[in-house]
This record gives sequence, structure tokens and C-alpha cells, in this order.
Amino acid sequence: MFEVGLGHYLTLGAIIFTIGLVGIFLNRKNVIVLLMSIELILLAVNINLVSFSIFIDDLSGQIFTLFILTVAAAEAAIGLAIIVVYFRNAGTIRVEEIEKLKG
Amino acid sequence: MMNLDLIIPEIFLSLSIMFLLMVGVFKKNSERLVYNLSIVALIILFSLVINLFSINEKLVFNESYKISNLSSFMKSITIISAIFVMFSSSEYIKSLNILKIEYPILILSSILGMMIMISSNDLIVFYLGLELQSLALYVLASFNRDNVLSSESGLKYFVLSALSSGLLLYGCSLIYGFSGSTNFIYIANSSTLIEYGVIFGLVFIIVGLAFKISAVPFHMWAPDVYQGSPTSVTLFFAALPKVAALTAFINFLYTPFVNLIDQWQTILVFISIASMLFGAIAAIGQSNLKRLIAYSSIGHMGYALAGLASGTNQGIQSSITYISIYLVMTLCFFSCLFMLRKKNVFYEKIEDLSGLSINHPILSISLLVVLFSLAGIPPLAGFFAKFYIFMAVIEQSMYFLAIVGLLSTVVAAFYYLRLIKIIYFDKPTEKFETDHSLGLKITLTISTGILILYFIYPGLLNDFVSKIIII
Repeated sequence: MFEVGLGHYLTLGAIIFTIGLVGIFLNRKNVIVLLMSIELILLAVNINLVSFSIFIDDLSGQIFTLFILTVAAAEAAIGLAIIVVYFRNAGTIRVEEIEKLKG
Repeated sequence: MMNLDLIIPEIFLSLSIMFLLMVGVFKKNSERLVYNLSIVALIILFSLVINLFSINEKLVFNESYKISNLSSFMKSITIISAIFVMFSSSEYIKSLNILKIEYPILILSSILGMMIMISSNDLIVFYLGLELQSLALYVLASFNRDNVLSSESGLKYFVLSALSSGLLLYGCSLIYGFSGSTNFIYIANSSTLIEYGVIFGLVFIIVGLAFKISAVPFHMWAPDVYQGSPTSVTLFFAALPKVAALTAFINFLYTPFVNLIDQWQTILVFISIASMLFGAIAAIGQSNLKRLIAYSSIGHMGYALAGLASGTNQGIQSSITYISIYLVMTLCFFSCLFMLRKKNVFYEKIEDLSGLSINHPILSISLLVVLFSLAGIPPLAGFFAKFYIFMAVIEQSMYFLAIVGLLSTVVAAFYYLRLIKIIYFDKPTEKFETDHSLGLKITLTISTGILILYFIYPGLLNDFVSKIIII
């Protein structure tokens, strides 16, 4: 039978992490997508931590995950608030139009 | 109970944040009161931190929190500069109409985050401190919410800083997995045998921290955020988070990764050289003073990291001296910037400085001192800061780093001297207003005084710093 080991979990985490990273740099459309990409990065970290925690038999990784989940929620809330403020001022949240600060 | 004695400053700060929030909510029109009370809270906090100076090195809470000379010193310079930031910017905040109760409370909570970051000895504690600090800073950057530039700078800072936290966390997860613990001391003990996972984690963590300290190649947020946010917040950005991030650098490099010095030394040398050169060259074409100071701060962080890269106690101490003097210079420069005011409009373009010396001789002398000091011209404090760094670097025979540092000082001197030329030799423009708040005048006087008089008795600062022994 095919055995799922630590390496598979880490590969999954690395793939999700890369998708998040690429999403931030390639995305030209919408700031909400950036928010989703950041969330993906944090979830990849969580996968890593939980799988490590199980395979090295140490609980602190799972506790770390809970903290990250909480902080990610707070971060998403603040990010959305900032996006709302920006939309009220500029009337758009397209990434390519966010360029008033230049020099 | 022994544990609680050592974290009294943090407990006091978090209680006063909650108390001030209550005052602000239940008492109408209490913005000014909350602002003044938070300055008082910071002063009390400072005395509490000073109290801990005599303690040598103590680990509390399952060795996850460290009180040492380094942490006490860094905390006290953070708090002192926060006090002066709030003193000097009160007038600016009022005239920009952003004096709300949230403003001082956000500043206090980001300071709490920085204190936790500075003292952390565990990945989880470090991450929580970092996030507490940056969540407050996101809101502060976009605090002038009816201004499109301010909200854009908040948005940019949010996206890039959250990305850097993500990178840093990925590094933390790898280090946890390959060393088996989140505690710095256990990581140090287990990373004697070099594993690729740990090295990957180390690289990710250095990248994340370099973002926070705005070192090249992770600097792209700094100029935009500095320019867009309200000047009082820019001052905060330019001063305090750098201290916390530099301390985090010291903590990370010299506790868990002290055995991997061969691996991180090259990375740090690269980052430092790139920052020094980029900070010197990119600032030349700028026309906005806040943007210019952003590039200049990138360069200054390069020098601070050069001291860390040397890997000796002397290098670390020279970095700490550098960041302390950098704080004074930043405070002085921004106090001058707060004084460029006409009819409730604050000017921040380089051409607004034109001929300042005719109408405002005293302000011009302060600007002259701070610009010479930023350029590193003796006998001002900025020269000694650079001098200690180069001494430490040359002692380790890292000549390339020293030569690049000296060259970029010369290049950077060009744009500082250009500002001085504009102030003293160009045609004067209209007069600025001169009725400034007492706090602003005091801040400018003290910081200029420190910059001029540092050379008379450098031991005052150096005695404190030389007690910080890391390795």
C-alpha cells in the first residue's frame, strides 16, 4: 500500500506556499486576490507545522497553528478594513491602478 | 512570583492600554486627555524598564522570554524615542485632524508588540509580538483615512508586510520541524549538525526580518509608505520598528543560529552592501523629503547590518550604538520637518527648503547639524556611529564591506550637501509660521544638542552599550 509520509505533507505545504507567493506577484487584477494569497501562505505554514508536530511527536507545533489561525483572522479583518477605506477614496481596488505614490 | 517581577513593564503597558481605551470610550471628547495620559504611561513605563537594568540575564516562562542587558537597553531607547515622537507630533496630529483616541492607543499597542519582540526567546512568542506590532502599524499608516495617499500607503504596507510575515512563518515552521523545538536555546543546541531544512528556514527568516527593517532587496515598500502616511506616523515608522527588528536580528543570529555563522554571514554581507549602495544612489533623484529620508534610512540600516555581519561582540555593540544615534538623527530631522508649516499646511518638498536660512536661522542650523550628522561628518554623532561600525568590520578583515561602506558614504554625502546648499544659497521663499508647541521645540533642541555634544563624552552611551555582551 502507498504510505503517506512527512515528505508528502511537506510537498503539499510547499506547493500551496508557492501558489500563494506566485499569486501575489502575478496578480494584476484585484486586491482581494492578494488577501487570499496571503491566507494561502499562512495555511501552507499551518500544514507544515501540524505535520511536523505529528511526526516529531511534539505538541507545540499544533499550539503554534492555533495562534497563527487567530492572527490570520485579525489580519484579514484589518486588511479588509484598509481595502474599504482605500475604495472609498480612490473608487477602485484594481492592483494596476494603485500607483499614486511614485517617485 | 519571580516571573511576574520581570515582566512588570509589559503588564503595566497592557493594563494602561485597556484603561485608556475605556477612558476614550466612556468619556466624550477625551482625545487630548488620552494622548497626554499615554505620554504619562510611557514615562512610567520607562522608569519601570530602567529598574530592570541591574538584572543580568534571566529566562522566564519556560525559557520563552528573556530579560537581559540587551533587551532592557533596546526597550528603553524604544520608549524614550516613543515619548519624543509623541511630544513632537502632537501639534501636527491636531492640525491634520487625526487626533482620535485610537491614535495613541495604537502607538502604545505597537510598542507592546515591540517589547515582546525584543525580549522573545521562542518562535511563538516572537511571532505574536511581531504581529501585534505590525497589525497596529497597518492601521497607523492608513490613519488619515480621507486621504487617498495615506490609505494607499496603508494598503501597500499591509500587503507586503503580511507577505513578509508569511515568509518568516514558513521559515519558523521549517526550523521547528528540523530542530524539534520552538525555543531558541534548544534550536541552538540541535543545529550543531547542519541540515538543509534548518538552513532553508534561516534564509526565510532573514528575508522576513529584512522586510521589516527595509533592507535591500526587500525595501520596495519603504519609500511609498514613508511618503503616503502622515508625517507623525512616518517618524514612528522610521524610528521604532527598526530598533525592534534589529534586536530580533541580533536575537535570531546570535542565539539559535550562532552555529550557522558561515551560512548567514555571506547573506548579511550581501544585504548590507546592497542596502548601503542602493540607499546612497536611489536618494539622489528624489524631490520629496519624506521619500528621501526613506532611502536614507535604507542606507543607514545597511550600516547597522554591517556591524552585525562581523560576528563579534564589538560588531554588535557598534550596531547598537549606530541605531541609537540613528534614532536621535531621525527625531531631529522630523522635528525640523514638522516646523515647515504655513496656515495649517505642512510642506515636505525639497524646494520648500529653499533659502530657509534667511528667514529661519535657528531652524536652518538644526537642519545643517542633522544633515551633516546623517552624512557622517566629524565631529557630529553620525560620524562616530559610522566610525565604530567600520572599526568593527575592519577588525574582522572584511575590507570589501568597509570599502563599499566608505564609498557609499561619499555618494550619500552628495544629496545631504545638496539640501544644505538649497537651504543656505538658494532664493528664499515665503516665511513659515514660528509658533510651535513646546514639545516640538524641546525635542529639536535636545536632539540637536545630543548630535553636537556627543563627541565630548561618548562614554555616556558607550558605557551602557559595552555592558551588552552576546557571545
